[in-house]
Amino acid sequence: MSLVKKHPKEVKQILSKYPPEHKRSAVMPLLYLAQRGEGFVNKAAMQEIAQILEITETEVASIVGFYTLYHDEKAGKYRMQVCTDLPCALRGADEFLQNLCGNLGIKVGETTADGLVTLEAVTCLAGCDKAPVFQTQGPDGIKYHENMTVDKTLELIEALKEVKE
Amino acid sequence: MSKLVTLTIDGKQAVVPEGMTVVDAAKSVGIDIPVFCHHPKLEPVGMCRMCLVEIGRPMLDRATGQVVMDNGLPKIQFMPKLEAACTNRVSEGMVVMTISDKAKEGQRGTIEFLLTSHPLDCPVCDKGGECPLQNLTMAFGPGRSRFIYDEKNHLEKQVPLGELIWLDRERCIQCARCIRFQDEVAGEAVLGFDERGRNTQIVSLSTPGFDSVFSGNTTDICPVGALTTADFRFGARPWELKAQASICTQCPVGCNTTINTRREARSAGEIVVKRVMPRQNEEVNEIWLCDKGRFAYHFTESKKRLTRPLVRKDEKLARASWSTAVNLAAENFVKFKKDFVVLASGRLANEDLFNLKSLADTAGGRAILYSDMGGGDITSLVGVGQGTNIGTMGRGDAILVVASDLYQEAPIWWLRVKQAADRGATLIVANPRETKLDKFAKYVIRYAYGDEVKTINDFGRKTKISDEFAKAKNAIVFYGNEGLGFHGSSGLASACGILLKETGHIGKPNNGLVGVWQRVNDQGAWEVGFHPEPDLEKALKGKVVYIVGSDPVGDDPALAKALRGAKFVAVQDILETATTEIADVVFPAQAYTEREGTFTSGERRVQRFYAVVPAKGDSKPDFSITAQIAKGMGVILEGSSVSVVFDILVNSLDAFADLSYEKLAMVHGQFPIVGRGDLYYGGTTYQNTQGLGIQLVPSAQTGAAVHISKVRKEAALRPKENELLAVPVNKLYDRGVTVNPTQLLDQRVGEAAITLHPLTAGELGLEAGARAKIKFDGVSAEVTVKIDDSISTGVTLVPRSMGLTIREPVVAKVK
Amino acid sequence: MSHILLRHRDIPDLHKMAVYKKNGGFVAFKNAVTKMKPNEVTDVVKNSGLRGRGGAGFPTGMKWSFIDNKGWPHYVVANADESEPGTFKDREIMENNPLQFLEGLAISSYAVGAAVAYIYLRGESWQVAALLDEKIAEMEEAGYLGENLFGNDYSLKIHTHLGAGAYICGEETALLESLEGRRGQPRVRPPFPPSVGLYGKPTIINNVETFTNVPMIMANGADWYKRMGTADSTGVKIFSLSGRVRKPGNYELPFGTTFRQLIYEHGGGILDGRPVKAIMPAGASSSLIVVDDKVLDTPMDYASVRTLGSELGSASVIVIDDTVSVAWIINKTVHFFKHESCGKCTPCREGTYWMQNITKRIRSGEGTEDDVDLLLNVAKQMQGKCLCALGEFSTMAVVTGIERFPQDFKKAVKV
Ligand SMILES: Cc1cc2nc3c(=O)[nH]c(=O)nc-3n(C[C@H](O)[C@H](O)[C@H](O)COP(=O)(O)O)c2cc1C
Ligand code: SF4
Ligand code: FES
Repeated sequence: MSLVKKHPKEVKQILSKYPPEHKRSAVMPLLYLAQRGEGFVNKAAMQEIAQILEITETEVASIVGFYTLYHDEKAGKYRMQVCTDLPCALRGADEFLQNLCGNLGIKVGETTADGLVTLEAVTCLAGCDKAPVFQTQGPDGIKYHENMTVDKTLELIEALKEVKE
Repeated sequence: MSKLVTLTIDGKQAVVPEGMTVVDAAKSVGIDIPVFCHHPKLEPVGMCRMCLVEIGRPMLDRATGQVVMDNGLPKIQFMPKLEAACTNRVSEGMVVMTISDKAKEGQRGTIEFLLTSHPLDCPVCDKGGECPLQNLTMAFGPGRSRFIYDEKNHLEKQVPLGELIWLDRERCIQCARCIRFQDEVAGEAVLGFDERGRNTQIVSLSTPGFDSVFSGNTTDICPVGALTTADFRFGARPWELKAQASICTQCPVGCNTTINTRREARSAGEIVVKRVMPRQNEEVNEIWLCDKGRFAYHFTESKKRLTRPLVRKDEKLARASWSTAVNLAAENFVKFKKDFVVLASGRLANEDLFNLKSLADTAGGRAILYSDMGGGDITSLVGVGQGTNIGTMGRGDAILVVASDLYQEAPIWWLRVKQAADRGATLIVANPRETKLDKFAKYVIRYAYGDEVKTINDFGRKTKISDEFAKAKNAIVFYGNEGLGFHGSSGLASACGILLKETGHIGKPNNGLVGVWQRVNDQGAWEVGFHPEPDLEKALKGKVVYIVGSDPVGDDPALAKALRGAKFVAVQDILETATTEIADVVFPAQAYTEREGTFTSGERRVQRFYAVVPAKGDSKPDFSITAQIAKGMGVILEGSSVSVVFDILVNSLDAFADLSYEKLAMVHGQFPIVGRGDLYYGGTTYQNTQGLGIQLVPSAQTGAAVHISKVRKEAALRPKENELLAVPVNKLYDRGVTVNPTQLLDQRVGEAAITLHPLTAGELGLEAGARAKIKFDGVSAEVTVKIDDSISTGVTLVPRSMGLTIREPVVAKVK
Repeated sequence: MSHILLRHRDIPDLHKMAVYKKNGGFVAFKNAVTKMKPNEVTDVVKNSGLRGRGGAGFPTGMKWSFIDNKGWPHYVVANADESEPGTFKDREIMENNPLQFLEGLAISSYAVGAAVAYIYLRGESWQVAALLDEKIAEMEEAGYLGENLFGNDYSLKIHTHLGAGAYICGEETALLESLEGRRGQPRVRPPFPPSVGLYGKPTIINNVETFTNVPMIMANGADWYKRMGTADSTGVKIFSLSGRVRKPGNYELPFGTTFRQLIYEHGGGILDGRPVKAIMPAGASSSLIVVDDKVLDTPMDYASVRTLGSELGSASVIVIDDTVSVAWIINKTVHFFKHESCGKCTPCREGTYWMQNITKRIRSGEGTEDDVDLLLNVAKQMQGKCLCALGEFSTMAVVTGIERFPQDFKKAVKV
């Protein structure tokens, strides 16, 4: 279904933030809106956003490609993104990720067999004092999980299995 | 003129306009600062960091604001870091060092960085030999790489961005010239970067891929071999190519081109055209070319080229000698002298048309221009003044485009008008449907088909828009024949002429009227005295017809019928056509690539084109064939030297007074400076060494009184209740004889389609994409339906030259 | 001493409108709008010596005074992108003391004549943005935002805008590009945002922490503020402490506090009681400081840190102990910058890629001493040539790491 039909109020509200002659500014919030359900922005949505903002589809795709929080393909239901940047790594983030991989039986970048979790390593999440830290990107948006252990993470994954749409 | 500033670059003094970039200023005094991302036609972005130089500025005393002096000279303060010469603007007293050790070290570093990601596959690269990266590496590179080759990224090497342009992702150096050209110059942002950092890659997501008629230009300005045309890819090495000046014959803009040729084994040892490139003429096409002009030259090499004279024998056309054919034609022309008609088109050169007109005049025949558009007499009166250059129009000026879809009909005018609007010119688009130009217009006037003249007459009345137009410093009107036949377009031309006259916008540079003709030299044809005939059918029936460069039989069943009823038909063309099939005698003419001549553009610029390849078979230039036939009729015309024909033309036509081939071949310095040694700066566009042409002076500029008769308030043709009116519209990629042979463009041409308003379509029970039968004026065809809610109801748009004959608005039936 | 910025640590529920108001909230804003001319507000901030907290430390009042009064409208943008590895202070402010930040943003907008302000947050912070949206709505309701504030003819709207995972968008011109709906790639400067900023209009961009200082300065006066900190770096700063310390976290302290005080008194010392080997005072962009007693006793202010061959930047202090190899550190930082390089300019795009290849080789034990030389050389070749500071930042740890900790590269290298 089209964005405008599905979220008429949000689209209007988003557009209202920017001067009408600069409505192109709305591209990022509209992309978030488009990404909400499936976890990635499909081609139809890019076309529609281009149309709403009177820019080309290529321009929209170019923005999706630049920013790491937009995805143009499907991954696991949840992307589990562990920060392994310097401050976190100084507090054991790399080992945490390795252990997690071992426990889930997948490598970084892979998705669990049930399609629930894709494990990724990312750059700083501004949670450096609470390492190990990761965020989950899922149908309910982005959530932070701080001061994590492998056990707590596995519990979380169990809980995610229970989440119904 | 803007203020001038003086600066010193590598010890040389430069006096240049304020606001110029250091790179451009250096160029103007012969100093080449290496660049990749910088292009003189694009906004500076400073991203490649190739142009690093040392820049110093006069030191100012903080307290007094005065320049600090040191031994009688201003003290120069240099920045600690190298600076980008492409983003720094010149300022008074600036000192630039482009070849100091520090600057060279910076430039070397950038080259080395670029090469870490580059595949260095020069031996198999189309750009090899004319590659800025190659050249600058030789001139400024470090000579040795410290990067381990097996660490290179490997990316896709053969990616079609569309069917016309191919991308090699490994070769791309991310200078964004192509993206910026599409966005800033062409106004069609159909190229973009995907991802970021080292993974940054060019993509196009439009449908069709790389959906722009300007796409070929990106291959000229791409400083590496990342973008190549499907036409030239792996076609030849640049150093094997010969270059000759020519003029594009696809539309009335008259873009200056350079044609690259090569003798090659795969063409049986013949010299053939390998590619068409833009040739700089800042007043015509700058350094650009549209894709039609770049790619649709293949018709000159079509298998259907006529190479021998043909004469009808026992119902069939058979080869004949030149003398047999010429005598046969001359005999018949003389025999039926009273009924002699010359039908010629604007595909011919001025010299051809002049000889044809002379023949008709002397032999007592009629000269008819094969065209549906009127108004060439008005453009001779109030055409744009000599010295016109759309590229200098901007804030305070106005441009009105009426009844024309410039993007489809004259792409480079579209581009230049759009850019004038970008510079602040008031652009007014008056058209019965939405076109691509609307987006850049300050005002869009939408009228119903049939209301063209009324719209311009009303425009003359006081409104905010007409006020702005009237008060503009300079104003140009482009008028076309969208939805119009001969009468309609003639009326429109007069209305526009009156508007320009009444607002004082005639007789000066950047002021006046431009006809958006369908053929390259329609304006020239009018100048030498050819006019269209509204009732062509009647004019041809039972006559002796000499048809040159036109295919009336292929175009129009009614004309075919009329010609079948002619007494005698002689046809002169470069290609076999439906018309040559019914001819009694056929003369093979030379293509514009095989001979010399001149064309007169829509802006009334007379420009020379040159022979670039040998003639096919026994073909001869049109003016020469005409002279031979004339001789048989006892009329003496110049038939051996085209320049002599031109001299005679100059002597007999006031508008051409004082012109000569020498003058047309003259050049003067242009900005930006481009040329073969300068590939990295302006791209592979060619420097103009063979002539910029000369604009004719319109009567209004000579001080002659200008009289344009008021257009009779003819009843505009509007559909009546329950009636459907078919109106003609123009399409860039059509099925015309000069496009068809270029297979590369097939997909863009598409199939014949008619366009309806959604309400009209609804009434007919049709929807987008449906197949429908259309019938009008003896034409009946099956077509696809398109929907456009910007047009009026009760009309159906029928594209010209797409297999459906339509010369003017006509009542139609659609099922 | 009680907090000035992290006041929520002293006052429970400070994020609630009622609590914030009870503690002096919006008095400064009302006072500014009703009793002061815009330039008078700017003057107070100028006099306070407040310097930008986003990294560059540029005097805030001076920046405001650069706003071009020939072009209109004006905009104010809060830089809440906070993506420098080791920085996590703005998030704490916005989550816990949002109203003070918003009030600061409002006062600043008044000072430069902006009727619209945007807050650009990193995409991960969408919940923070939601909270701010809620607070903005409350302010509108309470008459602190909207048309004709306090019966004056000044009107102001504030909007949040989410980025989407790009460190470069913290760079002010890349941020503007992003806010305009484009790829977040830096623009050529000059012109600077106060003359040509958002939508080509004059724009003031400041960091969240910078704005959060403003209500307190307006309420208590420039002199009060100047009394804290040092002459060159007035007031207080939130130090984000991370790395091998026992108690990482945010610490709001006056400028001039020493590294030793921060690490040992506040941060609880080093894990396992190891000695401090190196400090990165400005996150991953830092030049590495070789630590000795003198360094530990150096006051943390802009000028003093510079004497150590580094920069205070955003004061994201990453502490490194003797268990960590500097070769490993730069492998991390180079990986980060390679990932975040926007790709616009050649030296950064290609240089970070190349540096990553060499550091990988060194880390894997395949490297030679020549590789270390090459790495240093490549980093230096980038310096001073990039379009924006990111490229420069990417070389800091590499150059100082190799030059100041040569022994760590001997060990990492197979000769
Ligand atoms: C690569 C790069 C990243 C930056 N990231 C941030 C950031 O996340 N937050 C921030 O406030 N400033 C950041 N800055 C600094 C901003 O460009 C800008 O100087 C600052 O927002 C100005 O605010 P201030 O004067 O209040 O410090 C960054 C600069 C660069 C070059
Ligand atoms: S230094 Fe260059 S490539 Fe790197 S982030 Fe800045 S502009 Fe982009
Ligand atoms: S940075 Fe100046 S030419 Fe590219």
